Amino acid sequence: MSPASIATLAADLAAGRCSAEQLTEQALARAQRAAHLNSFIRVDAEAALQAARAVDARRALGHELKALAGIPFAHKDIFCTKGITTTCGSRMLEHFVPPYDAQVVERLGRAGAVSIGKTNMDEFAMGSSNENSAYGAVTNPWGSARVPGGSSGGSAAAVAAGIVPFATGTDTGGSIRQPAAFCGVTGLKPTYGRVSRYGMIAYASSLDCAGVLARSAADCARVFDEIAGFDARDATSVDRAADRTVDALDQPLAGLRIGVAREYFGSGVQDGVAARTHAALRELEQQGAVLVDITLPSAHHAIAAYYVIAPAEASSNLARYDGVRYGHRSADVRSLDELYSRSRAEGFGSEVQRRILVGTYALSAGYYDAYYLRAQKVRRLIANDFLGAFESVDLIAGPTAPTTAFGLGEKSGDALAMYAADVNTVAVNLAGLPAISVPAGFADDGLPVGLQLIAPAFAEARLLNTAHALQRVADWHLQEPAA
Amino acid sequence: MNASSNDSAAPTWQAVIGLEIHAQLSTASKLFSGAATAYGAEPNTQASLVDCALPGTLPVANREAVRKAIQFGLAIGATVAPHSVFARKNYFYPDLPKGYQISQYELPVVGRGTLAVRLDDGRVIHVEIERAHLEEDAGKSVHDAFHAETGIDLNRAGTPLLEIVSAPVMNSAAEAVAYMRTVHTLVRWLGICDGNMQEGSFRCDCNVSVRRPGAALGTRTEIKNVNSFRFVEKAIDYEIERQIRALENGETIVQETRLYDPARHQTRPMRSKESADDYRYFPDPDLPPLTIAPADIEHERARLPELPQARRQRYVDELGLPDADAGQLCADRATTDYFEAVLAELPGQAKLCANWVLGEVAANLNEAGIEIDAAPVAASALAQLLTRLREGIISGKIAKDVFAAMWAGQGDADAIIDARGLKQISDTGALGAAIDAVLAEYPAQLADYRGGNEKLLQFFVGQVMKRTRGQANPQQLNDVLRQKLAGS
Repeated sequence: MSPASIATLAADLAAGRCSAEQLTEQALARAQRAAHLNSFIRVDAEAALQAARAVDARRALGHELKALAGIPFAHKDIFCTKGITTTCGSRMLEHFVPPYDAQVVERLGRAGAVSIGKTNMDEFAMGSSNENSAYGAVTNPWGSARVPGGSSGGSAAAVAAGIVPFATGTDTGGSIRQPAAFCGVTGLKPTYGRVSRYGMIAYASSLDCAGVLARSAADCARVFDEIAGFDARDATSVDRAADRTVDALDQPLAGLRIGVAREYFGSGVQDGVAARTHAALRELEQQGAVLVDITLPSAHHAIAAYYVIAPAEASSNLARYDGVRYGHRSADVRSLDELYSRSRAEGFGSEVQRRILVGTYALSAGYYDAYYLRAQKVRRLIANDFLGAFESVDLIAGPTAPTTAFGLGEKSGDALAMYAADVNTVAVNLAGLPAISVPAGFADDGLPVGLQLIAPAFAEARLLNTAHALQRVADWHLQEPAA
Repeated sequence: MNASSNDSAAPTWQAVIGLEIHAQLSTASKLFSGAATAYGAEPNTQASLVDCALPGTLPVANREAVRKAIQFGLAIGATVAPHSVFARKNYFYPDLPKGYQISQYELPVVGRGTLAVRLDDGRVIHVEIERAHLEEDAGKSVHDAFHAETGIDLNRAGTPLLEIVSAPVMNSAAEAVAYMRTVHTLVRWLGICDGNMQEGSFRCDCNVSVRRPGAALGTRTEIKNVNSFRFVEKAIDYEIERQIRALENGETIVQETRLYDPARHQTRPMRSKESADDYRYFPDPDLPPLTIAPADIEHERARLPELPQARRQRYVDELGLPDADAGQLCADRATTDYFEAVLAELPGQAKLCANWVLGEVAANLNEAGIEIDAAPVAASALAQLLTRLREGIISGKIAKDVFAAMWAGQGDADAIIDARGLKQISDTGALGAAIDAVLAEYPAQLADYRGGNEKLLQFFVGQVMKRTRGQANPQQLNDVLRQKLAGS
């Protein structure tokens, strides 16, 4: 039985065919059965059941409830949850209990959604395989020796395994879309500033974006409508009313111009991935979309620019983990310098340390112009590429990732090969645009392929509408991995 | 350079001084969080999640601090930047919770301006201010509260500062102090900083170098965090002397940060800038560029009070006050506001009002050790007293007694005059009777006077005053007495 959609579950709850407590119990049971995936850092059964019972009680009293009321889900462990340990995948925050809720946590809590726990992730969201977690790697439900992608690998795996209908994620360079592609789920990265970053532990502030992974575009739309909106506590939050994307899901695609970016089908892209992507695009064409070949000339520079800007910001964002106020503090240090260096050496994993060093270097006197400033100029070029392209097309498409899920350990020794997994996703973050990864079938190796659609800023509704149109005619998103 | 070290060497040295003044902006909340800024609270009771730099927290700029920065910019005739950028200054220190300070680097909110500074000798120099930018303060390390451990108090972390950077254009400690006083007056005048130096609301880093006149700038040292005018003067003087001595001994000056030790009146090295941190400034990605619309600037311009220099000039030109009086009245906003309030009720009596504000009022404030805001005699109360004086109801001498009684809290002028029966005797009949009595009492002196010894006039005045217990109207007394002495 394929897991039900949010709409179905909501209808069942409303009709009294099941209770939130039952749905939560099911989710908890599935989480237990799928424990081998290691998709959760923490499952809070008692708190979840309590929250579910509270929703049931409100429903019993006849309160009007929101669409997500009583729906179980999971938060990526990057979102601060009041009174609940939030590790960000790091040993540094192993015992960190935030005294406050992130804005996304607050909003979903107010909507009545029931969080069953915190999903595994690459440490501080730095990674494309979920192997950089202090709490162990996550396994892709589609193949036991495969990575789920990263950094929101736990969220993607939990949705793919049917534990929860949706999970929150964050995307700094592809961290929602790439694991969504690897795990055969739908992942939405909203426009930068559309969802508040307040309470979301920072990796690279100018790129970080909260979003959602779910079974379908329709489910993503329901969650996005709850979490999108202005927040005065985030100065980069955009003060602009968000349209309800759920209402736009069924618009016809006739005349929709989809630009197929040549650069997204470069030499590193597996044949099977390219073939599945084209096939999915042909489905959209049959519904009236017009495919247009386009070019994004600066796309080749995206990885280089990203891996300067993101580490530069990270080197500063992660300076607060100094062992003084919270987080890991090395025992028995003899000086302040030792307190810093040992706490950080013990608390941070190797990829985090690598990016802090790279970023520190890029911002150093004498190197700032050559690296940071130059990367910012490239960033502008990349954004201009998109602006130019969107003058003649409505969406841009390509494979989300160049390959299907690679093997556990396959790239963990080669940082550059790992970074190349982000080749088609990072440019979107550099430009601050919304994008979605939609299941596009399976390659010959039996692993899922994701189609990435990119839209102009604030056109999330168009993305979800298009992805939903595909999911009305194709059933790839409903396929389930063998248990 | 300083006169003190000017005498011996033939080829003289010129000192070059620039100041970086940190003025704490008097906002209710911090620069990037909603926490309160009040001084002296229990440690860590005014530190929000943002101030503690908890993971996931974000800064949001306080527009009130921005408005205050705009006011300062307008007051020094500077350009207020339509776009300025908050940047991160990265370094590790236990009282710096984020591991970086949010400041402004390449694009400050306030650009170049100038300030006219009047020196003690009356000369006026124009000090160029290169920039003023917004930044947050750090917390405090507490070394004495715990055995062998250091505590951190984050109450001050995130407090808004305006860093005011002068060009290196001053040539003596006296000039630097005069400039610092002028800035101090201005920020308090504008109401953007309380100027409390004891609490660290107004403090200063001094950049000092020496050179041969006309030569390129010498290597500078920076004296950190000096928090009194006197210490700034002493620290700079010491540093100038030290550098000259070193150069004359053939040594070189090392660019470094020094600390002033007020106990020994000397500076000593803190850390060398050569090995100093690379702060890795970059635009803070959590904060969009600070945009200030022309309308925001005009709004602040309209609210800007008359500035100290302009008001001082007006007092001289329009009120006819001596320059010295005008200067003293304009030394701070509260004093001039008090004066203006008194003057408003005694139009045309600027000199009388100034005399009282700078005389009785200032003397009593001084003795009580309080500020004019806390004076027990309000401006309106003083105005009532001076009105009675002008009306001739009381004499100047009596007025001082009444003022003392008012200061002691015994009521307003009219009440005290009534209660004590201090109304001046202006009635010529009553005055004539008193004079007649005195003349009758001292026939010998009267004869002497009429014989040509006019010096005795004052004797009779004194006697009449004594008889009337000081209540005789002096002018009338004079007139009537002269008449009667003349025998008419």
